[in-house]
Amino acid sequence: MRQRSIDGIVRPKGVHHSLMRILLYAVLGLFCLYYLIPLIVMISTSLKSLEEIRQGSLLSLPRSVTFDAWAKAWSAACVGVRCNGLAPYVWNSVLMTAPAVFISTLLGAMNGYALTKWRFRGADTIFALMLFGAFIPFQVILLPMARMLGLMGLAGTIPGLIFVHTVYGLAFTTLFFRNFFMGVSDGIIQAAKVDGASFFGIFFRLVLPMSLPAIVVTVIWQFTQIWNDFLFGVAFTIGDSNPVTVALNNVVNTSTGVKEYNVDMAAAIIAALPTLAVYVIAGAYFVRGLSAGAVKG
Amino acid sequence: MASGIKLQSVRKVFGGNEVIKGIDLVIQPGEFVVLVGPSGCGKSTLLNLVAGLETLTSGHIHIGEICVDNVPPRDRDIAMVFQSYALYPTKTVRDNITFGMQTRKVPKEEQATAVQEFSKLLQINTLLDRKPGQLSGGQRQRVAMGRALVRKPEVFLFDEPLSNLDAKLRIEMRTEIKKLHQRLGKTAVYVTHDQIEAMTLATRIAVMDNGHIRQFDVPEVIYEDPVDLFVAGFMGSPPMNMLTGQIRRGDRMYVETPSTEGQDQLRFPLPGRLADRVSAADGHKVVLGIRPEAIFAKGSELPGSERFVFERPIDVVEPTGPDTMIVFDVAGTDLIARVRPEDAKPAGTPFLFEVDMDRAKLFDAKTGLRL
Repeated sequence: MRQRSIDGIVRPKGVHHSLMRILLYAVLGLFCLYYLIPLIVMISTSLKSLEEIRQGSLLSLPRSVTFDAWAKAWSAACVGVRCNGLAPYVWNSVLMTAPAVFISTLLGAMNGYALTKWRFRGADTIFALMLFGAFIPFQVILLPMARMLGLMGLAGTIPGLIFVHTVYGLAFTTLFFRNFFMGVSDGIIQAAKVDGASFFGIFFRLVLPMSLPAIVVTVIWQFTQIWNDFLFGVAFTIGDSNPVTVALNNVVNTSTGVKEYNVDMAAAIIAALPTLAVYVIAGAYFVRGLSAGAVKG
Repeated sequence: MASGIKLQSVRKVFGGNEVIKGIDLVIQPGEFVVLVGPSGCGKSTLLNLVAGLETLTSGHIHIGEICVDNVPPRDRDIAMVFQSYALYPTKTVRDNITFGMQTRKVPKEEQATAVQEFSKLLQINTLLDRKPGQLSGGQRQRVAMGRALVRKPEVFLFDEPLSNLDAKLRIEMRTEIKKLHQRLGKTAVYVTHDQIEAMTLATRIAVMDNGHIRQFDVPEVIYEDPVDLFVAGFMGSPPMNMLTGQIRRGDRMYVETPSTEGQDQLRFPLPGRLADRVSAADGHKVVLGIRPEAIFAKGSELPGSERFVFERPIDVVEPTGPDTMIVFDVAGTDLIARVRPEDAKPAGTPFLFEVDMDRAKLFDAKTGLRL
């Protein structure tokens, strides 16, 4: 992101103001710590041996760093009765998230484009109805959707989960793109119409390249939602097709044997890493995208 | 050979709101017609109807010999320049210009030749690989022009293309648009709310108000011979002075201003030509229209036959450089006189004004129509 120069800002001087600034940073630091401690505990615990966990305190740093817990979480932890680790379930999540994010983002972009740039009778009503989908509590639709997936022959499969996530993601993706395209000058679309481009020609050659900020925001949002989803995963998949969130639950909530905190922590971090990575890689765009109505022609 | 445009009782309704109320207009091939009027008068809508960006509610539009009522914009052989320039932000200047040719699958060599020709003409040949975001306002304007010109359409449509430019650039581009029109000889329809642009560019001006065309004629006639108060008031800057009064018939015909406290009534004598034409009865309410340039300092112009001299104190003095505007009060109305700077006096001093009544216009106060 662009760094703005703050050299020129005039600040009040004096003992009183200095004290206030110190106080300000102290409070900020405290909050920072408050947010970071759980993560620190998770990482440090995942690097300890089970022995050390039993002896040491929760907050102490590992005396000797070991990656055994990570290795076990990845390839040997027991998910239910099978002990292959999280790896196959991470792969499940990837197989589910990637198409669901792609399809819902593309359809959302088309919806937003049609709703704003090819205005038709009832466009606002349709948009309002779609928005309604963003406020549906997902528990409500579990049973009808299960029945529906059964009828479609997709019950308990990854394609079935992709379908559900695409449908329920559309409300948000449409909202994001519609609001973004509201800020795009109609003149550009009109100019393209005069220039002879068709509905899809304008969409793919002009509108989509322009909406990179909106795409990034939507992808981050959808990726986070779908990757982190537990409810749909647990309701609509079985055993081998479980996403990683469900598998993590099964690892952590196992009721047999010794509680392996270090493996649990490592598994939880593994399940959370992809969303973290997406934020780090595309985070700058996320902030920029939120304020990116201003594509000047 | 350029195509003409013919509009037949064109109407457009937006959600129960009639924006275009039945317009008939015939634009000759090669003409430069300017649609001018205040905001919301429907001029941009009318242009969009010609472009095909809005659908007709009723009526017909012909471009050339073809009825285009149901023809999409891309098949109308038109090009359009938009107020916001509407350049494609992700494409380079070159791709912006050739986009229309790309969608029409024009061969690459032909595209390159066309870009060469027009980028040179518009002095944007050094900018071809830049993105619109890297261009100044004037450069963007030129690219938008280039995009319209390059396809060599039969009809050019301009939707307030200069209103986002600063004053100096606007005058430059105005001249350039006129040059281009003279050179290419294509039909052009140009929408603006700037009456000076209308006057300078048009071969004919259509003055629009509230979904109607009030007057359609050459600029000189629009200025010198407006059909009603609206056209008279809209064209000209500063605007025409409008003085309400009554017809008085005596040994000759006068327009008498209403009496106000502390001011003697003025009786503007109507010149013979005008008096012969007006049949209105004594006491009929009229509006006397006098352009600022028809009021000047007494004796500052060559004497004429129909002059009327009166004295009023100066309220405000506004120098513009070549002329100085003097604002004064007659019967509660602010009037503006355009005098030579050397004739101007400071505010507050009494001043002798001379009116050339030959250039005065008379309107019916009730209907607004010219008498």
